[in-house]
Amino acid sequence: MELNDWILALHLLAAFALIAAEVAFSIMIAALWRSDSPSRVASTMLLARVGAILVGVGMAGTIVFGIWLAISLDAYQLWDGWVIAALVLWAIGGFVGQQSGQGYQAGGELAEKLAAEGTTSSPELAEIFGTSRAFWFHIATGVVVVLILVDMIWKPGA
Amino acid sequence: MNTLAAIRPDSWNFPLLLHILGAAVLVGAVLTAVVTTLTAERTAQPDVMRRIAFRSLWMVGVPAYVVMRIGAEWIYSKEFGDAEDDPAWIGIGYMTADIGLLIFLIALGLAGFAARRKSAGLGKASGYLGVLLLIAFVVVIWAMGAKPD
Repeated sequence: MELNDWILALHLLAAFALIAAEVAFSIMIAALWRSDSPSRVASTMLLARVGAILVGVGMAGTIVFGIWLAISLDAYQLWDGWVIAALVLWAIGGFVGQQSGQGYQAGGELAEKLAAEGTTSSPELAEIFGTSRAFWFHIATGVVVVLILVDMIWKPGA
Repeated sequence: MNTLAAIRPDSWNFPLLLHILGAAVLVGAVLTAVVTTLTAERTAQPDVMRRIAFRSLWMVGVPAYVVMRIGAEWIYSKEFGDAEDDPAWIGIGYMTADIGLLIFLIALGLAGFAARRKSAGLGKASGYLGVLLLIAFVVVIWAMGAKPD
């Protein structure tokens, strides 16, 4: 096995970490759909933190090892159309994912505060964990992740 | 290997997409179940966490496994249909998928009982099996990427 085989494996593992985090966030959002219970929302915040760590590892790993492969392998160049498309999608995915994360993080922090105060119901939480701005950014992140996967597999123009 | 990837026939791409997407969603479902079962007792609503774990495995993990496996068989038939000997990474993939399915089903059953009986012990047992699955998934993802002979 060559070094590039290891780099490809690490690139793949990083991509799986990213998609797994996206799936975990989706399950969390579905489980908390329109929930107004601070205690219920606060209970899932550990899952959200694990997801956030995986997003960080996945974003860093995919870009670092992906660029390494594009430079190192003779078959690909950094300026190939599909590589540029992947880089642009990665940046867009990072932006929309961050917007979604910030929205839900604010909801989580509010839930922890309300739960600590003993509040049992919050319409504001139900709004955040419904069809909020954060939700639509989450959907957009999922679409971008699938598009990156399609781009990586089909490699248009390669 | 990477040269091979560059010249991969277009007809292999969709089965490969199904395989990878199914596998990645399966990892996400198991990860969610692991975190929710193993941290349930540290939260204010452990029953809710155990229900999330069960539903994650049942409603997300099971369909994802089916999609992953269909994609795997489909692309295997295209890539190695006539080959007599499979490379090592294919063997690692099949072994993980088969033994992993058994472990997954036991974890699913335990998560279901844990959610129904509100049992912390059964939930944790399911969570530890999930950890085992996640370790196996890391090994198999490495094998699919590095493709050792």
